[in-house]
Amino acid sequence: MLNKNFYLILIISLVFAISFWIGFNVNLLPAEASINAPIYDELFKILFIIGLIIFIGMTIAVIYSLFKFRKRNDQIGDGIALEGNLSLEIVWTIIPSIIVLLIGLYSYNIYDRMGGMKELNHNHEMMSSNTEKIWAGISQTSDNEISINNLSIEVSAMQFAFLFNYPKGNFISGELHVPVDQKVSMKMESKDVIHAFWVPEFRIKQDIIPGQPTILNFTPTKVGKYPIICAELCGPYHGGMRASIIVEEESDYNEWFNKNKKQEVNL
Amino acid sequence: MTISIDPQKTNNESLQPKGWLRYFSFSLDHKVIGIQYLVCGFLFYLIGGTLASAIRIELASPMSDFMPRDVYNQVLTLHGTIMIFLWIVPVVNGAFGNYLIPFYVGARDMAFPRLNAVAFWLIPPSGLMLVASYFVEGAAQAGWTAYPPLSITTPQSGQIIWILSVLLLGGSSIFGGINFIATIIKLRRPGLKLMQLPMYCWAMLGTSLLVVLSTPVLAGTLILLSFDIIANTGFFNPVLGGNVVVYQHLFWFYSHPAVYIMVLPAFGLVSEILPVHARKPLFGYTTMVFSIMGIVVLGLVVWAHHMFTSGTPPWMRLFFTIATAFIAVPTGIKFFNWVATLWGGKISINSAMLFSCGFIINFVFGGITGVALAQVPFDIHVHDTYFVVAHFHYIVYGGTVFIIFSSIYHWFPKVTGKMLNEKLGIFHFIITFIGFNLCFAPQHWLGLNGMPRRVAEYDPQFQFVNQISSLGALLMAISTIPFLINVFLSVRNGKKAGDNPWNALTPEWLTSSPPPVENWEGEAPLVEEPYGYGKKLSEQK
Amino acid sequence: MTTLDSSKEIQKNNSEVNETHEDFRMFGLITFLIADGMTFAGFFAAYLTYKAVNPLPDGAIYELELPIPTLNTILLLVSSATFHKAGKALLKDKNSDSQKWLFFTAFLGIIFLTCQLFEYFHLPFGLTDNLFASTFYALTGFHGLHVTLGTLMILIIAWQSRINGGRLNSQNMFPLEAVELYWHFVDGIWVILFIILYLL
Repeated sequence: MLNKNFYLILIISLVFAISFWIGFNVNLLPAEASINAPIYDELFKILFIIGLIIFIGMTIAVIYSLFKFRKRNDQIGDGIALEGNLSLEIVWTIIPSIIVLLIGLYSYNIYDRMGGMKELNHNHEMMSSNTEKIWAGISQTSDNEISINNLSIEVSAMQFAFLFNYPKGNFISGELHVPVDQKVSMKMESKDVIHAFWVPEFRIKQDIIPGQPTILNFTPTKVGKYPIICAELCGPYHGGMRASIIVEEESDYNEWFNKNKKQEVNL
Repeated sequence: MTISIDPQKTNNESLQPKGWLRYFSFSLDHKVIGIQYLVCGFLFYLIGGTLASAIRIELASPMSDFMPRDVYNQVLTLHGTIMIFLWIVPVVNGAFGNYLIPFYVGARDMAFPRLNAVAFWLIPPSGLMLVASYFVEGAAQAGWTAYPPLSITTPQSGQIIWILSVLLLGGSSIFGGINFIATIIKLRRPGLKLMQLPMYCWAMLGTSLLVVLSTPVLAGTLILLSFDIIANTGFFNPVLGGNVVVYQHLFWFYSHPAVYIMVLPAFGLVSEILPVHARKPLFGYTTMVFSIMGIVVLGLVVWAHHMFTSGTPPWMRLFFTIATAFIAVPTGIKFFNWVATLWGGKISINSAMLFSCGFIINFVFGGITGVALAQVPFDIHVHDTYFVVAHFHYIVYGGTVFIIFSSIYHWFPKVTGKMLNEKLGIFHFIITFIGFNLCFAPQHWLGLNGMPRRVAEYDPQFQFVNQISSLGALLMAISTIPFLINVFLSVRNGKKAGDNPWNALTPEWLTSSPPPVENWEGEAPLVEEPYGYGKKLSEQK
Repeated sequence: MTTLDSSKEIQKNNSEVNETHEDFRMFGLITFLIADGMTFAGFFAAYLTYKAVNPLPDGAIYELELPIPTLNTILLLVSSATFHKAGKALLKDKNSDSQKWLFFTAFLGIIFLTCQLFEYFHLPFGLTDNLFASTFYALTGFHGLHVTLGTLMILIIAWQSRINGGRLNSQNMFPLEAVELYWHFVDGIWVILFIILYLL
């Protein structure tokens, strides 16, 4: 019996070890380029490791049973007449319940840290229409930091392009330029069908819905050019509906901003 | 009050065509109807599979070069609709339900045989109509979800035919559901208690409850959508003051339970197959029953997890996260119970067993990604990407379709009296399993790294992984060939099976194979222990 | 094909087994009505959601006159009672009484539909005017469809319950009971609809 338990414990620890090793060493995610990304990746890592433990464990159990308990040629008759084991069944009801509850609480914590639980209908100073109802999104703005420094952008989506309106400079761009390490608040609305704003490197996504303005706030942390992808089927050219977000140093951003702003004034 | 059993039915029986022809008739025999469902579903599976192959060919290269973009959207819409409404739902419910449930409750037919035949005969015309809509003015191209306003703005004829077809299929599904509930609750043989029923009855009872409670909501929603398209109303049209998110709520109120309508019967079928081939009683019957009912109840209150990035406020996102994650608990119980059923058995390694074990492994994987997707912050990143595509194919293909094949290997001798070839069957399993995992496992990575779903073109950096996926799809397409060869050869000159080749204890094996028209020669046997392996059989021997 | 032929014999031998079983057509009907009720539930949910979150454009008319719908409510409630009377009469084999009550019920149904149409023609808004109007017509129209079907079925069973040659009698009550249940269901839906649409 001791031997049997020893092997069981050995296998379980091996499953754990392998899962943790894979969880920490295999990176399945793109670069982290916003303050949301590391928070997201933390959740991903935890879920990945728990998932691996369960998956590897179950697979081993199934394959082991198939080998160990396969019917040999000389065997006749049935297996043991075991119809259930109440304590065992209670164990595997309660343990998953606890795991699921903990994961739920943890992901609430993550979502809160990403700013998802914040109230949506703030009076954003720079938003053109203060009274308009915001239907959904990630706000990330807590009460004490309704900052005037926020970069406010109005996004409108249509088949098959994104347009970015910079109210401060009174111009519209097809490319989203933002300064690094500064909070960006976007108010988004669609002109025709449902689209979605997704930047994989930022780990954020929000549908852009006709008739229902949504918001999306984020803070980029890494200079670079990232794709903005429409993630909601919006018509034949859905796959081609992309734009770029260019995260740049503040000086570069200001240069770009002033250049565009001037053009607008001249007109 | 008692009534005589349909006198017309028994009269008609002598007028019914015999042999192969009866499968093309308005037969009232539940066994004939079951086979009609299965063969009809399989033909649509071949159509849907061809469409899937077309999608994978298109995605083998990053550019949109294999077919025009709007045709691509039609193909993906038809693929989804056909696979869900014409293959999986009719087969796991209609085919196996019709064939097995009357045996399991000890009856000679379903509760309402004529309604049953009507429910089946709604399927071929609506399926053909759906396929034919491609040749009219182009099929629907708003995805199987048909989200407005896209579904309002795309060409109307295709979308209207799609709605009509789904309404008919929904009606068929509701008729079937009513029939199953009445058969299981009311038509049980005297002396047979509910808690003695084989697990598939419980699964079908739960499924039918979901069908009856949620399908009508989809029907109502699609009626409103068709008003928007034809009569220019504004229910879901924001230009006219409508609300597009209301459609999504109503749609997913049906379409999330639809996932359980597709997998619960598979849970039931695997609970029948595993004990027979492992020669062990089903582990934890009572917890299995309660977990099915738990899934039914929870399944009705989790729909908004399909809308985490849509117009949903934070509190709603949180509520549906918790509710959804808790479905993992009853589902997990079932999987632990199945592994415990295998444990300590005398397992015959055959095609039915292998497909069932393949199902357990695939579904555990799909379930884990499912729990992850239930978490709002996780879903925010991967929603509407290939990660989701991979997840639900692990559930509906790796889960349900594997069980459909497993069931065909298990019940083929019952239906035809012939055995399927085991070597071809195991070969079929191996390439299906490899092809399936090769096709869908890499798609998780694609989704995480930035490939949205339903696109005809994508970033060139994803080409290699997409080609691996297409290779897997090719293997899956090839895998149907040994299966078809196997079926055709075995029907013609397969090994004689005898009445009970698996030495099974469930009631359908206690009559001849193939069974007589009214199922039993004499009174239906009272099977109090459908899983009494290790007890009954050893006593007999 | 031996099975087919031999089964004929077996059927005869076991005629006592398959001759009778419990009548569960009513059970099936109840299940169907639950399903039908879910369709209405979907419509009601949509209507209430629209009311809660989608403000109507300025100047939209969403007030409804109460007299006609109140009359309609009374008509339907009375018709439920008269239908019940018809059932009781048939149970006592008073076919002609039953037939009278059924025709009266159908008559009430027709008046209901006439009032409904009268209301439609005198409403200040059309189907596509605004969200409220569309939902109003969808809900009352779908219910009206149910009333129309119900009235037709009542006329059919009224014809069937004639004394000579009719199929309905105290031994064969099911068609009447089924339509009666359906009619009560349609009434119940109307009461909910009346409260939600007109009173709230």
